[in-house]
Amino acid sequence: MKTVDIVIIGGGPAGLAAALSARKAGIKNLLIIERDDELGGILNQCIHNGFGLHTFHEELTGPEYAGRFIDQVKEAGIPYLLNTMVLVISRPGAADGVRHIITATNRTDGLFQIGARAVILAMGCRERPRGALNVPGYRPAGIFSAGTAQRLVNVEGYMPGHEVVILGSGDIGLIMARRMTLEGAKVKVVAELMPYSGGLKRNIVQCLDDFGIPLKLSHTVVNIEGKERVQAVTIAQVGADRRPIPGTEERYTCDTLLLSVGLIPENELSRAAGIEINGVTNGPVVNESLETSEEGVFACGNVLHVHDLVDNVSEEASRAGTNAARFVARASGKTTPPGAPETRTGAGEIKAQTETGEIQIRTGNGVRYTVPSFVNPERLDGNLIIRFRVGAIYKDSSVVVRLGGERLRALKKKIIAPGEMEQVIITKDELLQHENADSIEISIEENSAAQAAQSR
Amino acid sequence: MEERTLTCIGCPMGCQVSVQMDAGKILSVTGNTCPRGDAYAREEVTAPARTVTSTIPVTGGGRKVRIPCKTASDVPKQKIFEVMAQIHKAGAKAPVRRGDVLIRNVAGTGVDVIATGDVL
Repeated sequence: MKTVDIVIIGGGPAGLAAALSARKAGIKNLLIIERDDELGGILNQCIHNGFGLHTFHEELTGPEYAGRFIDQVKEAGIPYLLNTMVLVISRPGAADGVRHIITATNRTDGLFQIGARAVILAMGCRERPRGALNVPGYRPAGIFSAGTAQRLVNVEGYMPGHEVVILGSGDIGLIMARRMTLEGAKVKVVAELMPYSGGLKRNIVQCLDDFGIPLKLSHTVVNIEGKERVQAVTIAQVGADRRPIPGTEERYTCDTLLLSVGLIPENELSRAAGIEINGVTNGPVVNESLETSEEGVFACGNVLHVHDLVDNVSEEASRAGTNAARFVARASGKTTPPGAPETRTGAGEIKAQTETGEIQIRTGNGVRYTVPSFVNPERLDGNLIIRFRVGAIYKDSSVVVRLGGERLRALKKKIIAPGEMEQVIITKDELLQHENADSIEISIEENSAAQAAQSR
Repeated sequence: MEERTLTCIGCPMGCQVSVQMDAGKILSVTGNTCPRGDAYAREEVTAPARTVTSTIPVTGGGRKVRIPCKTASDVPKQKIFEVMAQIHKAGAKAPVRRGDVLIRNVAGTGVDVIATGDVL
């Protein structure tokens, strides 16, 4: 059996950045496994611009952003397999430091196995389908997820339809509203269940307002007509309980309904490997090193939690690559000491202090999740970056960081929205100064309350 | 005097910014909560510009039948559909590399349409 130091599953933006940083950290023997016939992942179909402002300080399209990373991977001579599907990640033990065996398949090699000293999960995410929504009506042709339509238009060169209604105002839905319009389709309305859009403000202006496409907040689809092909879609306003309000129905004749109703990290491999999954993000529970509950398996990018900016994916993935490289170096330097904790097993609640010195990161008021979920300050290389999302729109509020119950700081924000990922940074010194702290809490306070707490 | 209202794209606040104009001259900008809103509104009412991205059919690329492309820089917003009309008539032959010019001076804007991907 072939053995490598690090196997990276997925050749999209996360996998590419992870591979590059692992190589920079000194790992020579690594392998990217990609199921598609080219590297770059979903960026290849995201032909619009707006990528790379943080990473390259210029505005690139998706294929250009991917292209820059692919060029670097090829220059570095990092091996990759295309058209190859990973089926199972199994753990045979740690003989010769080979902790995991990857079982994969492709047309030339058939079924084969590769031993890995560390694994980086970078499988990305997929779209929530119609079946998950329980939309009433018939099941005619003409209903697509927005990403499928994006692939049809941008890669295959097919137009999915001419008169379009879009449900969901996530970024892909907004981008597709503009794309379909530019290709000559009439986009009649974008309906959003929530009272706010999950998409970036810039996309609402440049993809909808520029073309006079109405965005109806607090609206959802209540009927789909047409037996062979979509003929009309009825939308209605919803109340605070998100249920349709009778009498508010509006019918739109159309031949196409696009769904942009959320993304789900693709964790079938992770689940089958017994890796603990966070119920909010649908991604693995990770520590400060982006290491999952399975020792030596790291996760980054949209398989870990859905990002809105690819620049953040690249940054996160390159930390995962560096940490995986450190893990390999550490593991090859010594064997696992007897009696050392094998893995943090056990699904369900994340335990505080599962290992000595581990600090749990808790979600306080308004915060839906954090990545990572816990931190061991001693393992921390540099500062701790905590990324999180809120559950509603907060104006004139503060992000409050508590360390061991003590208020570390409050960061004033004019606005915090669920559609835009936030982050706080805690320095290693701050963590070491509070060595008895058993938890970090991130919460949102309305500013009047925050001021009152400060003056107390 | 006329007034135009637009949504600032500087941050998630999305301030509704009003621009008071007289004969094409900006008299005042109101409704913004930071300097970015002021700058955005002034540019947006005087010379709104956008990068246009699309795809062009390509032959000789095997399974790849479209080459992604973009205007090499922003074009005037009112020219978007003229740019698209020319893109719809264009074609390319492999090999095409990132940065290759696919259409020169598209719709008289002085801007080229360039490839953003590779079809080899």
